[in-house]
Amino acid sequence: MRAFADLIERLVYTPQRNAKLRLIADYLAHTPNPDRGYALAALTGDLRFTHAKPAMVRELVAQRVTPELFALSYDYVGDLAETVSLIWPEKELDGGGPPGLAEVVETLTQAPRGAVPGLIEAWLDRLDANQRFALLKLITGGLRVGVSARLAKTAVARLGDRDPAEIEEVWHGLEPPYRGLFAWIDGQAGPPAVAETQRFRPMMLAHPLDDPAADGLDPGAFRAEWKWDGIRVQLAAGADGGDGGHLYSRTGDDISGAFPDVMAAAAFDAVLDGELLVVRDGVVAPFNDLQQRLNRKRVMPAMLTRHPAWLRLYDMLFDGAEDLRGLPFDARRQRLEDWHARVRPSRMDLSPQLDFADWDTLAALRAGARADQVEGLMLKRRDSAYVAGRPKGLWFKWKRGPLLIDAVLLYAQRGHGKRSSYYSDFTFGAWRDAAADAPALVPVGKAYFGFTDEELRQLDRWVRANTVDRFGPVRAVRPDLVLEVAFDSVHRSTRHKSGVAMRFPRIHRIRWDKPAAEADRLATLEAMIVESAKGPAATEP
Amino acid sequence: MPETPITDWLEVRPQGLFVRPGGFFIDPVTAVDRAVVTHGHADHARPGHAHVLATPETLAIMRHRFAGDPAGAQALAYGQRLRVGDATVWLAPAGHVLGSAQVVVEHAGGRAVVSGDYKRRADPTCVPFEPVTAELFVTEATFALPVFRHPPVAGEIARLLRSLSLFAERAHVIGVYALGKCQRLIAELRRAGYDRPIFLHGALEGLCRLYEAHGVVLGPLQPVTAVERRALAGQIVLAPPSALADRWSRRLPDPLTAAASGWMRVRQRARQRGVELPLVISDHADWDELLATLDAVAAPEVWVTHGREEALIFAAQARGIRARALSLVGREEAEDGG
Repeated sequence: MRAFADLIERLVYTPQRNAKLRLIADYLAHTPNPDRGYALAALTGDLRFTHAKPAMVRELVAQRVTPELFALSYDYVGDLAETVSLIWPEKELDGGGPPGLAEVVETLTQAPRGAVPGLIEAWLDRLDANQRFALLKLITGGLRVGVSARLAKTAVARLGDRDPAEIEEVWHGLEPPYRGLFAWIDGQAGPPAVAETQRFRPMMLAHPLDDPAADGLDPGAFRAEWKWDGIRVQLAAGADGGDGGHLYSRTGDDISGAFPDVMAAAAFDAVLDGELLVVRDGVVAPFNDLQQRLNRKRVMPAMLTRHPAWLRLYDMLFDGAEDLRGLPFDARRQRLEDWHARVRPSRMDLSPQLDFADWDTLAALRAGARADQVEGLMLKRRDSAYVAGRPKGLWFKWKRGPLLIDAVLLYAQRGHGKRSSYYSDFTFGAWRDAAADAPALVPVGKAYFGFTDEELRQLDRWVRANTVDRFGPVRAVRPDLVLEVAFDSVHRSTRHKSGVAMRFPRIHRIRWDKPAAEADRLATLEAMIVESAKGPAATEP
Repeated sequence: MPETPITDWLEVRPQGLFVRPGGFFIDPVTAVDRAVVTHGHADHARPGHAHVLATPETLAIMRHRFAGDPAGAQALAYGQRLRVGDATVWLAPAGHVLGSAQVVVEHAGGRAVVSGDYKRRADPTCVPFEPVTAELFVTEATFALPVFRHPPVAGEIARLLRSLSLFAERAHVIGVYALGKCQRLIAELRRAGYDRPIFLHGALEGLCRLYEAHGVVLGPLQPVTAVERRALAGQIVLAPPSALADRWSRRLPDPLTAAASGWMRVRQRARQRGVELPLVISDHADWDELLATLDAVAAPEVWVTHGREEALIFAAQARGIRARALSLVGREEAEDGG
């Protein structure tokens, strides 16, 4: 438990991805089975303890600590697990020593509900403050240490000098504490055997492109299709798997549970690549609608009716047991079309291919696609095999031009790691007519990239020289500097004071020359909101 | 039993605690005629007093900070008794920083102890706290919540050294208060066997020299400016907390930000300050130590100053002690000193 607690502690405070990777890899290298396997499962979110609840932890601490003192402390610290871990009265250790991570996980998994409080209480008595924190975070769910499942798996790959794609492919067929995986990583056994539908095939990704003509690409060698604004998924459905198949996100997270409607339609044997969307009456809904469906463990029936999920297919990786990934794109597309015509699955259609003879035609199509539901165009070489990762020269994403507004810098916050001495996170606002004579700036977004290192130095200097107030790491600045902000789209939002939320805002230019009074108004931003239904219509083949 | 209640001769005035029979203030926040100063931190030692009574070490620290001031300084060693007007004054070690003292005042058969800031842990750079029984005890309450329980220092130093070996290409820059924490951290690192040079921000050099002049061994120290940027990779660099987020830190190669303070116990506090490696090393008593001190001093009345008074007053009253909050001006939470 001590090593795991130390790891959690370091991860909580470490912002850099590479440093996190090293911390995790170092832990996995120096921790024996099965502890390291359970730690990995905790990081990837694959451990669940149904009987341990925060309310139970509160009851336990209420028996040990005076309520007044607990209340004062909780008020000061703010987090329940942390307060309890710090305030828990430390007894002289009874010689039992701290329990191991595996002991905790295995005991808790098998324990009946009634035995859980007693177990946790006894463990809390045997652990130090950091270990108590790790225990409480572990059992009440959600470590929240800024580590994605993807990152944890990458650390495993690094440990064994493997490609992360190899770990992803077998991951969903594995169970904690992953002895087979570690035997393979340690070079003591071959790769673990897993069922076909439980394999996630790492996806083929595209490079961004500004202008295909300028890059000298031959239009005759490429196919073009819309880049839909949903989330890219892989559907692995199989008659042999017996578990109804799996829906994986681009990073290999299993999101099947949140999309029972799509899974019910997956009664076939194939592995498909496509875009997950919310589609109503053949019309693609804005990304925000899809977002309502993401990150849910359970879906309410009303949600299924109001936000029906849809899969728009791009590619076919397996037809039955046949691996198509080595075939050229055109051949795979033909197989996909034939398969679709034959099987006619519900809730799925084909992403249409666009007719074009030259780049100008395509540029015109792209310019016309100002709708919310399309991010731009995808260009795929007709002869491209399906290659995991981001191979050069095969697939390109040609995003539509960004939207722009001129906003006024309001707050700046210090960054992390290399940027910890720079004010690098910028909150900006637009004018709102509060009263005719007193217009006010309302924050509309936050951006922390888009500028060069030299521009960052200039911005940092400006922030320090124009600070009017400080709140911890945040500085309020004189509303004098205009930033040209680029963003992909803007939506209505009830969570923001301004009522709008931008997607992917970034600093496009610093308008040192422009007076703040001439910056854009909130109304300008509101006019850019695309409500719905103006995107290219779905095509029923 | 005292002939007159202590509350009749120890007064709370806007400038600070005033001992009427002696005609002096303890740690006054503005310049006064006669002051007794517990220790050299800026919120206790102020410039401009006409007469100052303190330990020789505290006077040396004040002279260093205030360029020669105080003019009318009188040194009083620990345990040495001095008659001031109608009162007797002596100083007992507080274990907070070099020269830190509790002010013991006796008058009319009664004894009050004003402890200033104190800690109970061993500190290689200063004399340990000595409990003095009293009728009235004035205590700090910086970490007076049961969530503050400082872990053993050796463990924190071990975490720092482990990080140094794992991230050997990064300069480990640690935010420390210039007086006390800086020198204690260095001494603890030496005790753990770390013998490489430790690099200092310019603002820390003077007080380190002062400590060394008082016999505290700190080993090889170098100013950050003395070496090339690359040479600082994998080294320990100490700086005042304010310098961590400042442009100063840009001279360091890929700095890993650490801080040594009791506040580092609470994650949200540490994260707010962008700290990657929080070291819970405090120069104040933690919750258990505050309570143990109340027991050792056995004072029937306790005044609680600067910090989270509420919890300590609650706990003191539960022990049958008359306890009240003492609102002194100028004793706001000074987090850097934690």
